[in-house]
Amino acid sequence: MGTEADGEQRVLPPPRQTLPRSPALRPGRERNPQVARERARRFPARPACGAMAEDWLGVEAALSASEGEDEEDGERRHQQLLEAVSSLSGRKRRKLAERTEASVQVSEFNVSCKGAGEKLVLSELLQPIRPKSALSSVKKELTRVKQKKAVELPLSKEEAKRVVREAAYVTTSKDVGKWQQVVLQNRRAEQLVFPLKQEIATVVPLEQVVSAWKARTPLEQEIFGLLHKTQQPITDPLLTPEETASLQAMSLEEARQRRAELQKARVVQSYYEAKARREKKIKSKKYHRVLKKSKRRKALKDFELLHKSDPEAALARLEELEQLRMQERMSLKHQNKGKWARSRAIMAKYDLEARKAMQEQLAKNKELMQKVRVELPEEEPGDVPEEDLPSVTIPTVSVGASGANPWMLGKPSGPAEEPEVQEGLGDVAVPGPVESKEEMEEEELSEEEALLQDFAEKRHMRQQRAGSPEGQGADEIEAVSELPADSPIHPICAEEPSSLGIEQPSQAQEEILLSEQLARVQTMEDVEALASEECVEEQEKPAAARAEKRAQQQEESRAGDRRAKKAPAKKKIISLQAVLAGKSQEVQCPSLPVVVEEEEGGIDQRGVITEAFAGDDVVADFRREKRKAEQAAKPQPVNLVLPGWGEWGGTGLKPSAKKVKRFLLKPSPAPPRKDQHLPHVIISERRNIHAAAHQVSELPFPFERHQQFEQSIRTPVGPTWNTQRAFQKLTAPRVITRAGHIIQPISAEDIPDVATAAGSGAKPALEVVPKRQEQPFHRSCRRAR
Amino acid sequence: VPRNYDPALHPFEVPREYTRALNATKLERVFAKPFLSSLDGHRDGVNCMAKHPKSLSTVLSGACDGEVKIWNLTKRQCIRTIQAHEGFVRGMCARFCGTSFFTVGDDKTVKQWKMESPEYGEEEEPIHTILGKTVYTGIDHHWKEAVFATCGHQVDIWDEQRTSPMCSLTWGFDSISSVKFNPIETYLLGSCASDRNIVLYDMRKSTPLKKVILNMRTNTLCWNPMEAFVFTAANEDYNLYTFDMRFLESPVTVHMDHVSAVLDVDYSPTGKEFVSASFDKSVRIFPVEKGHSREVYHTKRMQHVITVKWTSDNKYILCGSDEMNIRLWKANASEKLGVLAPREKAAMNYNQKLKEKFQYHPKIRRIAQHRHLPKSIFCQIKEQRIMREARRRKELNRRKHSKPGSVPFVSERKKHIVAVVK
Repeated sequence: MGTEADGEQRVLPPPRQTLPRSPALRPGRERNPQVARERARRFPARPACGAMAEDWLGVEAALSASEGEDEEDGERRHQQLLEAVSSLSGRKRRKLAERTEASVQVSEFNVSCKGAGEKLVLSELLQPIRPKSALSSVKKELTRVKQKKAVELPLSKEEAKRVVREAAYVTTSKDVGKWQQVVLQNRRAEQLVFPLKQEIATVVPLEQVVSAWKARTPLEQEIFGLLHKTQQPITDPLLTPEETASLQAMSLEEARQRRAELQKARVVQSYYEAKARREKKIKSKKYHRVLKKSKRRKALKDFELLHKSDPEAALARLEELEQLRMQERMSLKHQNKGKWARSRAIMAKYDLEARKAMQEQLAKNKELMQKVRVELPEEEPGDVPEEDLPSVTIPTVSVGASGANPWMLGKPSGPAEEPEVQEGLGDVAVPGPVESKEEMEEEELSEEEALLQDFAEKRHMRQQRAGSPEGQGADEIEAVSELPADSPIHPICAEEPSSLGIEQPSQAQEEILLSEQLARVQTMEDVEALASEECVEEQEKPAAARAEKRAQQQEESRAGDRRAKKAPAKKKIISLQAVLAGKSQEVQCPSLPVVVEEEEGGIDQRGVITEAFAGDDVVADFRREKRKAEQAAKPQPVNLVLPGWGEWGGTGLKPSAKKVKRFLLKPSPAPPRKDQHLPHVIISERRNIHAAAHQVSELPFPFERHQQFEQSIRTPVGPTWNTQRAFQKLTAPRVITRAGHIIQPISAEDIPDVATAAGSGAKPALEVVPKRQEQPFHRSCRRAR
Repeated sequence: VPRNYDPALHPFEVPREYTRALNATKLERVFAKPFLSSLDGHRDGVNCMAKHPKSLSTVLSGACDGEVKIWNLTKRQCIRTIQAHEGFVRGMCARFCGTSFFTVGDDKTVKQWKMESPEYGEEEEPIHTILGKTVYTGIDHHWKEAVFATCGHQVDIWDEQRTSPMCSLTWGFDSISSVKFNPIETYLLGSCASDRNIVLYDMRKSTPLKKVILNMRTNTLCWNPMEAFVFTAANEDYNLYTFDMRFLESPVTVHMDHVSAVLDVDYSPTGKEFVSASFDKSVRIFPVEKGHSREVYHTKRMQHVITVKWTSDNKYILCGSDEMNIRLWKANASEKLGVLAPREKAAMNYNQKLKEKFQYHPKIRRIAQHRHLPKSIFCQIKEQRIMREARRRKELNRRKHSKPGSVPFVSERKKHIVAVVK
């Protein structure tokens, strides 16, 4: 079917339309209308289409029927029938004209037989001329055939194989090349651990283990019974109902918090225990004394707080305390009646210590026996019970008395503070600061407090020394002995005199103290000197004297400097003169430029030069140097004489000449020096051949410069010079393998990146320990490829 | 122990460390006793060996009289003996799973055997026997699949289930002496033939890839188990050549120290070193990147070493030789066997580091490199040194007396390659 591109309904010619063309020409056909024949010739196989064609069909059918030829009658009829049928259906089937025989005679008049039996279809006449000629496709084919060369011969078998091999090699080497990065990394790695695939110890779930295991022995069965009784689930949840409930009750956060708290508490407790144990071990009496006091103070403070917050409870407590005091009083413990007290009394005559102890006890007794004064506090009105405090006991030491040593004699009890505070700043609290000083051992005091306390101490000492030098000798000794420990505080304290001034009460003594302080700050010695023994007045005088001295010294030194400066200057001059005189004789400069200069510059120039190189006797220096080198190079005799061996030895005795002769080993004379006959040359022969045998003669391969190599040698790796960690790092072996472990070849599973190996971004296959600082250990380029 | 690391308190660090290094080196030599034991029982020279892939204590060996023995290394006993072939056992390999092993022999058969010994009363019989047309000279098993390769007149790749090869790879006609699968890229094969060439094959495409022709015949080759593209070939010209398969024009390194043909080579499982067996009655250990060996093993009674294996835990070396013995050596001659205390280990590491640090110092190097050699090897080394020197001198003279450029410099690596055939 030729042209089916038409969108319209097709009118198809009858199937055997062209068959009767075989007879070339028939006279009967002449009658056919000329025009129609012409058309038919021009458009031999055009399918007819259009509505008008149908009318024509009818006409033609009638015509041909009337003609009626003998042989082909049946066929024609058949065709007619077909046409009729097709016309009935409205659709016409078309058959292409088919040329079965080449017609020879083709002329304008003598029309070929083609389409002789055909009907002319109107649509054929009406059909537009197609732009595309039938030949075009043929032409195309022709050109194509022309262009195409002859098909090449197939490759020889060898060649073909070779091509295949080459292609395969390229792809395979590319495939293998994906390992490049991994290989390089492994070569450079500081440490490789084999087997690469470390088996991770997997924890088998408990359920599995439990389910696999069965209780056999009676004990096991018993335990199992217990577990079942508590509904201990063996499988999944692993928790009893109670436990789950408790877990639900407590959220994770809470649990964590609680755990942290518990931990902390435990830690604190352990610290506390350790501390308590430590403190318990302390034997120092003084420490315990201080401790006791601090405790007492604390109790007082607590009580005060309690009093403020809960007066009732405070009252009760007070009563309790009073009870205690009464008991103490009743016990007669502190009267000199006990066994110990009696023995002390006997000893007291001879022993200072015993006497002291007795005195202390008496003081205590006195304190206890004292009648309680009822005092109404000024600031806190209407609190009667407060006066009944045991702590209110007034210290035996009179506060104001400057002669008493406050910290040796009857330690002022804690409450002593109270009156001070009440009394105000005017009455400088002596025991207060002392106490605070003692407290400092346990609690950290502020700097100011420390300062205060210092000053107070000093003042006390001074007062003691000034006022009562002979009173309470032992105490004083102690005080003195204690002082040096405190003295280091001074320099720190001395830094803030201004702030002191504000807090310190303005007493005459304080003023002096301050001023002293300022004066003393300058040197450490001064501070120490003061600490030992120096009165205020005395202190001032020597200071002044010292200042004077210093001034003198400075003056002297300055003067000395001047003199010194003068002296070298003089010397210089002298030497210059000498040089000038000497040089002019010695130096003869034959070099030309100098001569010219001399001519130009005259004596001045020469003088300048000689001056510049004054004392530079280069030749003599060189000679001296050479002589020295020669001396040094000479082999030294070895002295193996041991005095006292085989003869008498001692101070003043010399080993005998015979012995010296025997044991003083004279070395063989050194070979003649190479520079023996070269007066202007020193050839050093100091290169030690013996050492050279142990030294590296040329730079080893991976190193590029000798500094690198030296550095690598210089850095020690041993544990003597490195910390444990560094030592381990430095000596880590490059390859670690474990006995009894099979090392499998590397595989893509070992390195996840290999599959997607994207050049440089690839992760190292194995753990690479951070590089050491030794740069020279690069792998060779040859291997890097 | 708290220490004061003030350098002023520890002077002379370099001399002290030098002394320590010297002592360490000396001790290393003192303790260098590499020979562990000899497994005897074969009645002819040991021709081939195979490692068990799953068990370190098991090793298989085949002798020249067709006998195969399985050894237990911990007991140092033969645990099983099979008369596998008539004539030589040419090659053997274990299956990757370790359940069976294959042998090829002079009787043109490939046999597969069970690794376990037969039950009492059962006869010792192979699982499969394949009768071929020609003699097979070598066999190797694929590392992951049920495929093995044999070599003889051609390289055949077999499926375990079939009695005919899956494919036969040929390139020219010559007897191929050994074939090896690449352990990493498992589709790759390397073979060496007696017409002096090394041929690489790709199993996927069932085609050869490239061929290198060397000066002399290559006896066997071994792939590096950590570097997929590197293999080492043991050559008749006393040398070993490490190639990168992507650049076959010249070997990466030429390893020279042997004084006779190198018969076998095996890589250490870490891929850092390999061991070679030679006709000169010695075994040498080479670092992969070094041209000379770091260690040479020999004993008076050891004859031509035909086969050598490095155990897969990197600790031992096994060599089978002509005089029917298999010898077990330590891979690191002075290593202390057994469990080390942490302090011992630290000391060992430190000593190792010191030796490394001062290795270039002449006195230390002298001690570290000193080896005793049998007279024959020693003399041959000397002789060859003289020969090499003479050759060098001659070339120098030729160069001197000919037109400049007419006698080109050829590097040692290029010298031994005749051609690369695509």
